[in-house]
Amino acid sequence: MTTTENTERSVPKPVFTDAEAGAKEFPDSGPSARRYNYFKPAKRKQTHYEDVTVEVQPDPRHYLTQGWIYGFADGSNGYPLTWTKLKAWGVDDPEPVRGPGSGGKPVENWPAHGWHEFRDPNEEWELTMYRYNANVVRQVTQNVENARNAKAFDQWTPNWVHFVERNVGAWMHIEHILGLYVFAACNRSGPTNMHNTAMAVNSEHKIRFAQDLALYNLTLTEEIEGFDGSAHLEAWNSDAEWQGVRKVTEALTAVHDDWGEMIFATNIVFEPLLGELFRSNLVMQAAAGNGDYVTPTVIGSGEYDYAQRDLRWTQACFGPLVQDREFADHNKQIFNGWLQNWVPQCLEAARQLQPLWSQPDAKPPRFEDALDRAKSRFSGILTDLGLETPKELSQ
Amino acid sequence: MSRQSLAKAHQKIQELSWEPQYHEPYMKYGTDYTFKKAAKKDPLKQVLRSYFPMQEEKDNRVYGASDGAIRGNMFRQVQERWLEWQKLFLSIIPLPEISAARSMPMLFQAVPNPELHNGQAIQMIDEVRHSTIQQNLKRLYMNNYIDPAGFNNTLRNFHSDYCGTIGRQFAEGFITGDAITAASIYLTIVAETAFTNTLFVAMPAEAAANGDYLLPTVFHSVQSDESRHISNGYATLLMALSDEGNRQLLERDLRYAWWNNHRVVDAAIGTFIEYGTKDRRKDRESYAEMWRRWIYDDYYRAYLLPLEKYGLVIPHDLIEESWNQIWNKGYVHEVAQFFATGWLANYWRIDGMTDEDFEWFEYKYPGWYDRYGKWWENYNRLSRPNGHHAIVAEDVDYVYPHRCWTCMVPCLVREDMVVDKVDGQWRTYCHEACRWTDAVAFRPTYQGRETPNMGKLVGHREWETLYHGWNWADVISDMGFVRDDGKTLTAQPHLDLDPKKMWTLDHMRRMPHVASPNVILNEMSDSEREAFVADYNAQGPAGRPAGAKS
Repeated sequence: MTTTENTERSVPKPVFTDAEAGAKEFPDSGPSARRYNYFKPAKRKQTHYEDVTVEVQPDPRHYLTQGWIYGFADGSNGYPLTWTKLKAWGVDDPEPVRGPGSGGKPVENWPAHGWHEFRDPNEEWELTMYRYNANVVRQVTQNVENARNAKAFDQWTPNWVHFVERNVGAWMHIEHILGLYVFAACNRSGPTNMHNTAMAVNSEHKIRFAQDLALYNLTLTEEIEGFDGSAHLEAWNSDAEWQGVRKVTEALTAVHDDWGEMIFATNIVFEPLLGELFRSNLVMQAAAGNGDYVTPTVIGSGEYDYAQRDLRWTQACFGPLVQDREFADHNKQIFNGWLQNWVPQCLEAARQLQPLWSQPDAKPPRFEDALDRAKSRFSGILTDLGLETPKELSQ
Repeated sequence: MSRQSLAKAHQKIQELSWEPQYHEPYMKYGTDYTFKKAAKKDPLKQVLRSYFPMQEEKDNRVYGASDGAIRGNMFRQVQERWLEWQKLFLSIIPLPEISAARSMPMLFQAVPNPELHNGQAIQMIDEVRHSTIQQNLKRLYMNNYIDPAGFNNTLRNFHSDYCGTIGRQFAEGFITGDAITAASIYLTIVAETAFTNTLFVAMPAEAAANGDYLLPTVFHSVQSDESRHISNGYATLLMALSDEGNRQLLERDLRYAWWNNHRVVDAAIGTFIEYGTKDRRKDRESYAEMWRRWIYDDYYRAYLLPLEKYGLVIPHDLIEESWNQIWNKGYVHEVAQFFATGWLANYWRIDGMTDEDFEWFEYKYPGWYDRYGKWWENYNRLSRPNGHHAIVAEDVDYVYPHRCWTCMVPCLVREDMVVDKVDGQWRTYCHEACRWTDAVAFRPTYQGRETPNMGKLVGHREWETLYHGWNWADVISDMGFVRDDGKTLTAQPHLDLDPKKMWTLDHMRRMPHVASPNVILNEMSDSEREAFVADYNAQGPAGRPAGAKS
């Protein structure tokens, strides 16, 4: 039998330091010093969301004493306020000029411009975004799994199988493109951390929803005999019904150097006129009649993302610009120009979708009624923003 | 996750890859790199259906630990010396994290491989996580640690402070200039793959040794995401290497990114680990030992060297020189001494070194006491206000250094300082590699080749310039580093919270004015400047005047 010598392990020793709040009294030891004091909260008391997002992205008009230290080749640097044509009050006021002996010139009268007034009404940060999206994917997975176990897909009519494999399948591409090449692409461009974080979260919703649809498509391929898991590619690439929507979707990614237009055109124009038209006014209406209670739960999760969260932040972002104390007229002109450009494109694409309404055996409400609902919803969103319905909507 | 296998699910989502048919996406961010060959596979193979619940679970563990730390009175055993340096670290780090999120769309546009975009999108989401979870950790410290001053206004202070801008390179460098230089080489290939080892692994271990187990809880959770980001960088690098025309740019960017990361990260993290700790066990690793293991062996030898066979030109000379700086030239010690010299221009309290610290340093870095010991004894002697000035204005055989125009860390290894006239201005550089970065690399042509997308080094890169001729009391008031009694400084050169022992604006008022070394340099005649350079190069170690006894 051998014995092991009991040598003392080398480990750090705990030390009582009494370094907890309230242990001593000294300047700044009181409760009033225990809050972030470098920004003005939107309401009386600062929120947890504000604490973890506000001012993480600095602004030379506030405390950025030495200015931005890297520049692009064209001389721009940081987060230029000119990366959208929209304007918030104060943006044309000059930045503090700093140089030898100038001091830091911190701006005491803050915010220096209106972009800093934006707060995401969803108050998204890492804790909320993981909780929300984890709940969604759990629920979607359970719904699909439950349907699979219950052999629910056996109830689908053949035409509905065809409809889902081609058309619900095609929609995944739209969500993916918007998620990556509109919302994620813009999260480098917004004027404040709150804008960019909201865009990143919007992007997550889209990319997740696209993947949910793709994985749902994979399940259906495994569960339904004859379900063609690649038909969505053919529909997306070639079906005449989808080419209009595809054209608009791609155009949204091609907006020239204006994050405001990209987001506005997508969430204010495209989503109600095409997104909700397809998701809520076609798939959600048609599915039950064709023996399908599962697809609406998958589609519904994406619809909830838009209707309850993504639209909310977008309205909070753009609404105040319509009432801006300095640039209201300028912004209305810009918004109206965008509406004139994007509404006809979306309506044309919507009309190209019309044949889809005839494909299921059990017909959904008529296309014209669905489009009217979408238009009505769109008008309501514009009214909430303080914008007038463009004449192009009546086309 | 559903019953579908991850590999199958990942394969399925590749069907989402988009080839534009009607409109090409707007390319906002340019690069001089080209990607004509060899598309790579998405190395992450991550789908959001499993990603979100996984991250939520990680969050649950982090926030559970946070609650436990408060209930268990963790702050009764955290070392103030350590937590004070976190006021600087947690000011800096949320910005690089969120900047990393912002840099991902630059890659969507620059790297024409839709399969990689999935991994980049997930990295974007991770980085939003890191930034906000770190802001939240700082908030927890502010609420529960004895001295909230400095935590409560970090995002103002960081942008005013005399060394905060050094850290800001580790953010702006990710999002500005050539998209591949910034978002791929500087961020993922060097910063994340090499230096997050010391940032997010070595440093949290030191936190735990100082009674703080929340920093490791948060940062190890963060690091578990970083390993995925490293895969993103590797895939992009291999794609870049497939195009012969990129090799010249890769060589340039690796040299810049390596040297800048060494200058910035080793300065900060080296100081936190060596001078922020109370753990002086002789068998705990020094920063130099950690660096040798994590960066030299794990990154340089295990990651970079194998890439040589693919044609990557590795900056062996700069890697060896970085080690030389850390081991032979006392880089970390010189930086810590500079931080402490200017304690009054900071917003955290810097504890002096004790006999136990001296013994540890001498054991780990033989010869340390002869170089730095006397200065730290002076630091302790001058730490309580007693009719003398703060150490920066006292004669302690320390010549206030010039800033490096490129990395903005001062030129502390005096013999390496070089001067050059660039863009019509005389500039000092801490090392020839930093001069090259400004004068050669960040230019619209490189070795005769057009590089129209390369970024520029801009801004007021010497902090002292802004306060040239100012009284110190006014400087500190202007920066806002004053406590709620309106006179006591946020920063102190000791940890004693007895108000009678704390420095106030009244003490500062009596000090000589601030002078900008760069303004003075540009006022010199050619002969004066030559004499200045010769004298500066003869200074040190430990900032001693030329000719002073070591």
